[in-house]
Amino acid sequence: MTQLIRQGMNGRHSLKRMWHDHDLKDSYDVVIVGGGVHGLSTAYYLAKNHDITNVAVLEKRYIGGGNSGRNTTIIRSNYLTPEGVAFYDESVKLYENLSLDLDYNVLFSQRGHLTLAHTDAAMRTMRWRAEVNQLQGVDSTVVYPDDLARMCPQLNLRDDVRYPILGALYHAPGGIVRHNPVVWGYARGADQRGVHIHQNTEVTGIETENGKVTAVQTTRGRIKTGIVVNQTAGFCTLISDMVGVRLPITSHQLQACVTEALKPFLDIVIVSGSLHSYVSQADRGELVMGAEIDPYTSYSYDSTLGFMESLCQNILELLPFLSRVKILRQWAGVCDMTPDFSPIMGFTPVDGFLVDVGWGTYGFKAGPVSGKRMAELIATQKTPDLIAPFRLSRFEEGKLVGEKGAASVGH
Amino acid sequence: MIIVTCPNCGARNVSEFRFGGELTQRPAPDAMARESWVDYLYMRTNVLGVQREWWYHDACGSWFIAERHTKTHKVLKTYSYEAEA
Repeated sequence: MTQLIRQGMNGRHSLKRMWHDHDLKDSYDVVIVGGGVHGLSTAYYLAKNHDITNVAVLEKRYIGGGNSGRNTTIIRSNYLTPEGVAFYDESVKLYENLSLDLDYNVLFSQRGHLTLAHTDAAMRTMRWRAEVNQLQGVDSTVVYPDDLARMCPQLNLRDDVRYPILGALYHAPGGIVRHNPVVWGYARGADQRGVHIHQNTEVTGIETENGKVTAVQTTRGRIKTGIVVNQTAGFCTLISDMVGVRLPITSHQLQACVTEALKPFLDIVIVSGSLHSYVSQADRGELVMGAEIDPYTSYSYDSTLGFMESLCQNILELLPFLSRVKILRQWAGVCDMTPDFSPIMGFTPVDGFLVDVGWGTYGFKAGPVSGKRMAELIATQKTPDLIAPFRLSRFEEGKLVGEKGAASVGH
Repeated sequence: MIIVTCPNCGARNVSEFRFGGELTQRPAPDAMARESWVDYLYMRTNVLGVQREWWYHDACGSWFIAERHTKTHKVLKTYSYEAEA
C-alpha cells in the first residue's frame, strides 16, 4: 500500500515489461505461428512442462489481437459428445487454477451458465446434454421456468412471445474470464522461461524438403526449424496452403458487441440457441453480447448493421428492459469452422507441420487445455488420448465428432 | 450492406439470399478413389480473395454462381450455372 501511494505520487511505477522484444534467431526448435491464447499457452507449457525453451511465437500483428481479443470469454464444459465434454472439462479445471499458475489474476468468475430452450426439441437436447455431462462428472442440470424465475428474475418468462422459455440447461461451473490477462499471463510466463515472442512478424512461406518442414520465411527473415505449429484460427487455411495441406475449414465472421456500462445486475451467463444469442455482464458493467456466425464465408473484420438489428431483436425478447440501453461498440472475429464443429489438432501429412485449428466459435474456452496437450504432443511426438479424436485424418476415416453443443448452433 | 444480383430478379439485399458454399467439382459417380471423395465432401479451398460460390435466391427459388471477394464482400459477378458450363 505505501508502495502504491509513493509510486502514485511520483508518477513512476515498478511494473516491468511483461515480455521482451528479441532479434529473430537463425533457428528455433519449435516455431509457433499465431500469438493468441492457443499459441502462447502452447509455448508456455512447452517451456514449463517439457523444458523446451528454444521456441518462437510469431504474430503478424500484436498478441491477443485476433480472436483471443474478439470473443465473448464464456468458459464452459457442458458439451454433447463424450470427447468434447472430457476435453472442455479439463480446460475449465485449468482455468480454475490459472490465476495461481500464471501468478496473474485472470478474473475467472464461475457465475453459472444457462442455455435456454424454447422448443420441445431443444428441451430434449438439454436433457441429453445434462445426462452426458453428469455421466462424466460435469455439473449440469435441467431447470424449468419456476427455477429460472428464482435464478434469473431478469429473464422474460412470459409465454406470449415468439419463443417462450420452456426451460434451460444450468451449468454451475460455467462463467466468464477476462481475455487480456489470459493472453498476457501466458506471454509473460513463456517469456520468463526463455520463449521469444515476435510481434509484427508475418509468416510468408514455409520451406519443406522430402515432405519435411525445414524453415519458415517471415517478413523479418528466415528461420530454420523442424517443427511448425499452425495456431492461426480464422487464417489457418492460408498457412496450411504454404505446405499444401488441405483443411476442411471455411472462415466465417462471428460478430459481437458491448453496451454502455451498467450497474451490476446480471450474475449469470445467458445463452439461447434458438435465438442465436448470448449475453453476460462483464466486471466493468458492460453487457457482452454475441450471435452466431454470419452465413457466408469471410476474412473481414468489418461488422454489419444487419447483425446488430437481429441480435438486439433477440436480446430484447429475453431482456426487454434493456430497450433504452445504448450499444458502445461492435466488432467481428474470423472463425475457422469445421464440418463437425470440433477442432483439428495434431499431425498432418507433412512431417513437422502440426495444426491446432478449426476452433470456430469455441477456441478461447479451450486455450489452456489445447496449449497443454499440443505441448505434450510436440515434446513426446505422440498424440495424447484426450485430443486423439480431433486428428485431421478423422475426415478420411469417416470418424467425425459431431459436436452439436457448440456455440449457438441450432439443434 | 451487400448487394447480390440475382440473374433472374436483379440487384437485391443479401438478406433475400442464402449462401451455398464454394463451388466444388463432384467426382464422377463411379470414381472409386477415396481421396477424391474425401476432398469433395470435406476439404475446402477457403480462398482469401475472389471466390466462386453458390447462392440461392429465396424470392424466385433459383441457385446461381457468384464471384465474391471474401474480404471486401463485394459481389463482382453473378450468373446461372448453365451459363458457366
